[in-house]
Amino acid sequence: MTLNSKQIVLEIKRLAQNMGEILIMELCGTHSQTVAKYGLKQLLPKNINLISGPGCPICVTDQYDIDVIIELAKNDIPIAIYGDALSLPGSSASLEELKQQSKQIFVIYSTPDALKLQKDYPNIVFFGIGFETTTPMTAWAIKQGLTVYSSHKLFPPAMNVLASSRDLKIDGFINPGHVSAIIGTKIFQQFKLPQVVTGFEPNDVLLAIKTLLQMITNNKHQVINLYNRLVKESGNVKANDLIYEVFEISNARWRGLGEIPNSGLKIKEKFRKQDAEYIYRDIIKKFQQNYAPRKSACICGEILQGIKKPIDCPLFKKKCSPTNPQGACMVSVEGTCRISYDHK
Amino acid sequence: MCLAIIGKIKKITKEISIVDINGIEKEINTSLVDIKIGDFVMIHAGFAIEKITQQEATEIKNDFKQ
Repeated sequence: MTLNSKQIVLEIKRLAQNMGEILIMELCGTHSQTVAKYGLKQLLPKNINLISGPGCPICVTDQYDIDVIIELAKNDIPIAIYGDALSLPGSSASLEELKQQSKQIFVIYSTPDALKLQKDYPNIVFFGIGFETTTPMTAWAIKQGLTVYSSHKLFPPAMNVLASSRDLKIDGFINPGHVSAIIGTKIFQQFKLPQVVTGFEPNDVLLAIKTLLQMITNNKHQVINLYNRLVKESGNVKANDLIYEVFEISNARWRGLGEIPNSGLKIKEKFRKQDAEYIYRDIIKKFQQNYAPRKSACICGEILQGIKKPIDCPLFKKKCSPTNPQGACMVSVEGTCRISYDHK
Repeated sequence: MCLAIIGKIKKITKEISIVDINGIEKEINTSLVDIKIGDFVMIHAGFAIEKITQQEATEIKNDFKQ
């Protein structure tokens, strides 16, 4: 650790002396990884509490959306997914299990890879997961003719739910890093809480905590951008324009947070020929008639809200592990349970 | 989902550019940014999501080395 980090920690301790219990939520799974990997919680005074929010897009994907994709795969429709989604537990099976049963499931790195696969598998469906960071890539691919089932989500509406939560009194947010690179920082000004946008190195996160404590001390509800080497106030205008050329805002279901108004992105009617929800509406309608989501003791939903911790779950490190995940929070490397499993 | 890497633009062909990522040349979609040869970009899921200055790229690379 550099001297600079020590100085920041000393300043955090000095500020914390005059404070009660403080709750800071980090909203990006990669920040949660940095916190765990470098043991940052251990460096903080006891009254400064860091909790992870719903910053892992795989984790917040609703069980219904996962089960629809699994149903499409069962109907012999080729599926392209980002790697993290492969082990997501479905109500009847995971995509990984279906792959082992010779169903056509393809893990891709980027949407252009899915377009290449489309040459051999013309009816391939890409499972569009993610926040504003990955949505432009999906929008671009839809314009090129890729068929997509969209589970894309907008992050600010989820922040609104958390900021007004009765179960949690959050004192400050560490805002999502690369989501901010796309949507900019201005949009966060609607939340009357201290907020910091920061990078992903340990010093970046420590500096964010120190900055938040200064704002809390001075009762300032601002958005301070410490990641201005990448994040601009207006974000990436081209990327945003592309998103809204292809998608329209809709309500969306989030694991743990339930249905959040205006937090989802639905493919516009103009691109209906690339919308798997429309193309396979008969399969989906039939599936809905007998749909029963899996029952599990998994508490991923409460963990995503910051109400419970992985250690509170009866399955954690027992029945549930990265090789046998029982819930979405253990699947992704950015999931709170997975991070807790890997770094303790 | 915030995993990203820095690359330097070597060759531009419409939406696709050849980008040098730590000495390895890779095709990246650069349709979301306005770039020219020699620019540095932050890459996420096969797309450049933002252009950064050489100084900023060096700062970030130094962060990774620490």
